[in-house]
Amino acid sequence: MKFLCVECDQQMAFGERQLPGDGTLAATFKCPKCGRVVAMLTNPMETQLVSSLGVEIGGRTVPAEPFEMVNSMVVAGSAGSPAWSSDAQERLARVPSFVRGMVKKIYADYAKERGITEITPAVMDTARAELGLEGM
Amino acid sequence: MRTYHQLTDPDRSGLADQIGAQRRRVAERLAGVRRIVAVMSGKGGVGKSYVTAHLARALARGGQAVGVLDADLNGPTIPRLLEAPHAARGTSDEGVEPATGLDGVKCISMGQLLDEGQPLVFRGPAAESFVWRGAMEATALREFLGDVAWGPLDMLLLDLPPGMQRYIELCDILGTAPAVLTVTIPTPESRDAVQRAMRAAVARGSELLGIVENMVGAQFEGNAADELAGEFATQVLAQISWHPSASVWDQLGSRISHIPPPTSHAP
Repeated sequence: MKFLCVECDQQMAFGERQLPGDGTLAATFKCPKCGRVVAMLTNPMETQLVSSLGVEIGGRTVPAEPFEMVNSMVVAGSAGSPAWSSDAQERLARVPSFVRGMVKKIYADYAKERGITEITPAVMDTARAELGLEGM
Repeated sequence: MRTYHQLTDPDRSGLADQIGAQRRRVAERLAGVRRIVAVMSGKGGVGKSYVTAHLARALARGGQAVGVLDADLNGPTIPRLLEAPHAARGTSDEGVEPATGLDGVKCISMGQLLDEGQPLVFRGPAAESFVWRGAMEATALREFLGDVAWGPLDMLLLDLPPGMQRYIELCDILGTAPAVLTVTIPTPESRDAVQRAMRAAVARGSELLGIVENMVGAQFEGNAADELAGEFATQVLAQISWHPSASVWDQLGSRISHIPPPTSHAP
């Protein structure tokens, strides 16, 4: 990727790279002749596409770590899903199997929406009352 | 206005150089591997992983140093077939340590990196994820090839998922087309799918080691292996019944071991 200052017919030089943390990327380029600076701003999808190739805009300063992309980008577990206490799991197991998956999802969604990290029987009772799920 | 190739100053990001460094890393890592064999089929459910695992074990029993790279990132089964531990990967100065499974076969698999039963999910924007997901998977494959400390190996078997996508990525990453062992079942449907895959492999320049016909018996009718062997002038290396004995795998391992590597290109 190169940037050209059309007015000066000069290739612009890479300046700096910023990763604001919201999935976007900003990189500046400066014309060595007139000093004009432009910024390349990529949206999260464009940034992700570059990251997925294992390359860095602006160049690498150190060699890639082993499994650099895999370790940083692969979600090993069920990210964001609340844990189930053993008591809650036992209670869930008593739900008829043909609706158990649906019931489990209802409780999990309830917990996620409220930032609850562990589903306990008390959480299930509260959810039943709030959501009108008596009998589940 | 000048275009890209008319700008002679180097690209500070050096993207082409970064890609080149990635390729060199893979080549250096695999320099100690005597032979790379891709186990593939155009058809799903024909037993590629099953054949790969048992072939690897047979080769290992015969005294060879064998590794298996599970390139089926979304449906990894090699750890279970080789009873390899699902454990945190140790990383040394040499790279990521592979797990060791039955008969001393070394292996690496996405299945060892994910929690039990979890699908392969990448961090990233959910919208339009098809744009980048394929590149992510290709990069994961590259890291498996370039970062695992296999040590010297007589053979590295690559267990590919159904279809041709991973094979094409593999050719690009390796910079050469690997030798191919094809797996089919007897049916005409399998023959048709595998035929397309083999034609693609030939077009890429892969050496066809031969065909393994799996699930041979009364359940499936057809003659896929012989028909494919005739069309592609290759050999049927084994016909595997539903409950094969260990000697069947040992014979397959022996036959593959005795196929000389091509002299025109490595690996």
